[in-house]
Amino acid sequence: MPIRVTLNGEPREFPAPLTFSQLVDELDLASKRIAVERNGEIVPRSRLAEAAVADGDRIEVVVAVGGG
Amino acid sequence: MPNDKLVVAGRAYDSRLLVGTGKYRDFDETRRAIEASGAQIVTVAIRRMNIGQNANEPNLLDVLPPSKYTLLPNTAGCYNAQDAVRTLRLARELLDGHALVKLEVLGDAESLYPNMPETLAAAKTLVSEGFQVMAYCSDDPILAKQLEDLGCVAVMPLASLIGSGMGIINPWNLQIIIDRVKVPVLVDAGIGTASDAAVAMELGCDGVLMNTAIAKARDPVRMGRAMKLAVEAGREAFLAGRMAKKPYQASASSPETGLIQKSA
Repeated sequence: MPIRVTLNGEPREFPAPLTFSQLVDELDLASKRIAVERNGEIVPRSRLAEAAVADGDRIEVVVAVGGG
Repeated sequence: MPNDKLVVAGRAYDSRLLVGTGKYRDFDETRRAIEASGAQIVTVAIRRMNIGQNANEPNLLDVLPPSKYTLLPNTAGCYNAQDAVRTLRLARELLDGHALVKLEVLGDAESLYPNMPETLAAAKTLVSEGFQVMAYCSDDPILAKQLEDLGCVAVMPLASLIGSGMGIINPWNLQIIIDRVKVPVLVDAGIGTASDAAVAMELGCDGVLMNTAIAKARDPVRMGRAMKLAVEAGREAFLAGRMAKKPYQASASSPETGLIQKSA
């Protein structure tokens, strides 16, 4: 069953259920310093491996950028 | 002054200059300008990752490692308390539980003037969640005091509008805030050149935060150094205590006796 989510505001589809760790790998972000939020709640790094992505999730992946 | 340190949230810093990391040409210029400024606390923004185009894109945190700098995540671009709190929760996760943050809730996109009711609401929530909040604010002494009373670890009134380089518009209000607020007072926003930073420090500010004045100078690295010197000079002048002003009253610096001319 495909999983459809909104990732950083864009629709995105994955062919099969996956965890947040797998999502991060899939996006080639495993080595990056990022933070993940699902439906307005933080998904802590320690929970990425166990937390499953659910159909309809609104996911945000953020980084630090230059700013004042 | 070996013991003259800026203490924010219990941590001491040798530099009283805080700098932003935006608007530079590239990360190399960012790194060199910030090194020249001597700043130890640097602000960063939190933004959506550019998914898909980022395989080998350099990361700001590679240039400014948290082991070397105290990173101060901001809430730039947030126009209400809820967005600001959400952004800083993400920042805390991103920076491994880091609690020191810069809160700024903006009122409108033209002036970037702080929305103080939303700033106060966000500060209250953030303090209750264990954040150490340095709050960008208007130069209203009553509101600055309210931020302190809510538990903010520093208040940061604007000198003038963000990115305007107009300098200190209202030194009188800043002076009232400095006199009444016990937590560190840092001027944030509006500094244009070195003399502005020196004036802020001479007024008795505990520090100065700036971004555009360095990043948009013709030579940002050199301006970084200029700002370092200005903040140090202004601080030293404040501690030294300036002479009293004597309007319209000259006072010769050389002896008025022993002159070689004949006295009449």
